[in-house]
Amino acid sequence: MKGIPLSALLGMAITAVFFLAALFAPLIAPYGMSEIVGDVWEPASRAHWLGTDNLGRDLLTRMIYGGRTTIFVASAATLVAFTMGAILGFTAAVYGGWVDQVMSRGNDLVMSIPTLIFALVVLSVMPVTLPILIMVMGLLDSTRVFRLSRAVAVDINVMDFVEAARLRGEGQRWVIFREILPNALSPLVAELGLRFIFAILFISTLSFLGLGVQPPMADWGGIVKENREGIVYGIPAALVPAIAIVTLSISVNLVADWALNRTTSLKGGRGG
Amino acid sequence: MADQDTLLDIRNLRIEATIYAPGEKPRDAVIVDDVSLKLERGKVMGLIGESGAGKSTIGLAALSYGRGGIRLAGGEIWLNGREIRAAGPGMLRRLRGREVTYVAQSAAAAFNPAKRIMEQVIEATLHHGLCSQAEAEKRAIELFRTLSLPEPETFGKRYPHQVSGGQLQRAMTALALCPHPDLVIFDEPTTALDVTTQIDVLAAIKNAIRETGVAALYITHDLAVVAQVSDEIMVLRHGKMVEHGTVQQIIEAPRQDYTRALISVRSIDHPEATPTPEPLLRVQNVSARYGAMAKDVLSNVSVDLHPGQTLALVGESGSGKSTMARVITGLLPPRAGEITFDGKPLPPALNQRSREELRQLQMIYQMADVAMNPRQTVETIIGRPLEFYFGLRGRKKRERIQELLDAIELGKGFADRYPAELSGGQKQRVCIARALAANPKMIICDEVTSALDPLVADGILKLLLDLQKREGVAYLFITHDIATVRAIADSIAVMYQGRVQRYGTKTEVLTPPFDAYTDLLLSSVPEMKLGWLENVLETRRMESAGN
Repeated sequence: MKGIPLSALLGMAITAVFFLAALFAPLIAPYGMSEIVGDVWEPASRAHWLGTDNLGRDLLTRMIYGGRTTIFVASAATLVAFTMGAILGFTAAVYGGWVDQVMSRGNDLVMSIPTLIFALVVLSVMPVTLPILIMVMGLLDSTRVFRLSRAVAVDINVMDFVEAARLRGEGQRWVIFREILPNALSPLVAELGLRFIFAILFISTLSFLGLGVQPPMADWGGIVKENREGIVYGIPAALVPAIAIVTLSISVNLVADWALNRTTSLKGGRGG
Repeated sequence: MADQDTLLDIRNLRIEATIYAPGEKPRDAVIVDDVSLKLERGKVMGLIGESGAGKSTIGLAALSYGRGGIRLAGGEIWLNGREIRAAGPGMLRRLRGREVTYVAQSAAAAFNPAKRIMEQVIEATLHHGLCSQAEAEKRAIELFRTLSLPEPETFGKRYPHQVSGGQLQRAMTALALCPHPDLVIFDEPTTALDVTTQIDVLAAIKNAIRETGVAALYITHDLAVVAQVSDEIMVLRHGKMVEHGTVQQIIEAPRQDYTRALISVRSIDHPEATPTPEPLLRVQNVSARYGAMAKDVLSNVSVDLHPGQTLALVGESGSGKSTMARVITGLLPPRAGEITFDGKPLPPALNQRSREELRQLQMIYQMADVAMNPRQTVETIIGRPLEFYFGLRGRKKRERIQELLDAIELGKGFADRYPAELSGGQKQRVCIARALAANPKMIICDEVTSALDPLVADGILKLLLDLQKREGVAYLFITHDIATVRAIADSIAVMYQGRVQRYGTKTEVLTPPFDAYTDLLLSSVPEMKLGWLENVLETRRMESAGN
């Protein structure tokens, strides 16, 4: 693990802290998630490091449990977006012709509707459960991944080594997963970091609007929503999730940058 | 201070670059080591060597310029009695494009496609304030005439995409000569051109050099070309000087082994085999076109390839050679005609062919670096056909890979390498091994040596012939290089504008009387003789006068 730049190490450390906190939330959190432990909007103290929220629950506990939900939903949605988007994008590029036309125009159609509005409409008619939330977010985000992976794959698809594979008689699956995917990884990895952060912002926005994660479950967007009135009285509780989102965004992208450098190396990402 | 006649005096030049290899500490590499040369006014010196020899780097150093990351680390460069290696940017700006100019290899990439040719040809002259626009244009038109460009008066009004590659290369020469420079650097000006075009450009450049009395550094890897235009030749290898002398001395009495190897390149002697009664591949009356194009790219082509022999397809770019490969491999189903392989008709489209039919017919590409997946190791690249066609796994597969690596004369350590860790020649060898892994009856070689240095290409050709003898594989060899054809072919098909112009055994095709195109093609191949260019042009002039 030597030769990793300081920025990437820092990013990894902070990201790891967030993910570990999310993973072991019940062990780390000082209080119960929906336990009322004090007065409304108590300032930071020894007992409550970040103070309490609008109902008198411990804010640090809420943040840890909230991070758990937010990070889980965002990761799962990103995973869905990448699997769907990349496979469909590569398929469109490899088959070309009318298959490509139908898929690409369909994708344009979905993209032409603003994501947030689309999500609001869908979520207002469907029951808001975590799996549905993840699927909706993932599918909407996959349109972006589709465009990127199709564009990248179209370029790779005309290279001689892909033609050589076709002349050998390889099927489309080999061409997609063995010839194109490894060469399309660098831009996809860069996009992965970015998409994950957008997913966090997206789920937070949805929760803030009341269509995301439902109470009593905590999530960062929900914490902002619950505590937004406090800002008027100078209570910083609503800003804490915002700081968490910014910190996580930056550190994930530091790691993504480094991963990008590694995969661009022609030694197949083994060097470094 | 040097004497008056010396224009360029490079002394003990040392050029370095820092290499940032992935996963390694940056290290310094010496690109050019202790090279000295002296060029008198009005003389032409040829710099010759394989890629990586540092010839372009030295050429650019004469403008005191180093491409990205290159440092002119030591030594002196005297131009017109001034030291310019350590000169400041102000002085260099006054010097470049005025006293020294540069002609790049790819004129198409060097011209701005959005501006007319004239504007670009006189740009440097006007920028340096050498004369008025009217005078500069007059000078440019004169140069166009000297370079025998068509309609010199109006030639400059065209855009770069409206003229041919050879004309653009000549326009670039006009661009370089326009500001009356003392020195022009020609960096492989004819390498990207067809032989039939190359000879015209070469003649034009030579004529222009003589008329303007300019001195030149002529950089190329083709000794036969440089022999036509230079007074002196310097042979370079790995950034060091190998030999320096007059053209006559280098060609007729080379002192160093390396120079001798360069001169005797393509001296492979391949006795021609006689056609067998039953051809392996029979192409009958094939016509093909791309998409909705109105014109056929191939029209009514018929050729035979006999088992274990080599059929060479020769012709300039656009003659349909590569389309022929696409038709035979099934990438482009023909519009008409039939292809028979091994006695059975071959289905026209790739996806109708059986795995066995695909296995019998393999292909090697021109650009080995893009013909291999950069993310696969050599073992995966060679191993995949073994797995795919023969179901080999584990130890058996590894043994066969080793056999193939031995067959292409690469050692043990190569199996784990990635393509980026191989040299150009090694890459092409791996591609050959990949084709061989399928145990094919026939391999299509599409310009397999044209991206390689002469000596490396020679090695590849010898390897191919050797493998043919051992494995009995037939080659369809697509090339524009007549010397290669002479070296390896059993029969030849000369292609021109999508038709087979001349077809037969090697002796038949290469023995006069020739048809007009074959004559033009054959006589355009540079020969390593002094005065070859003049002789050819003289003969052609006499012939056209006689007609």
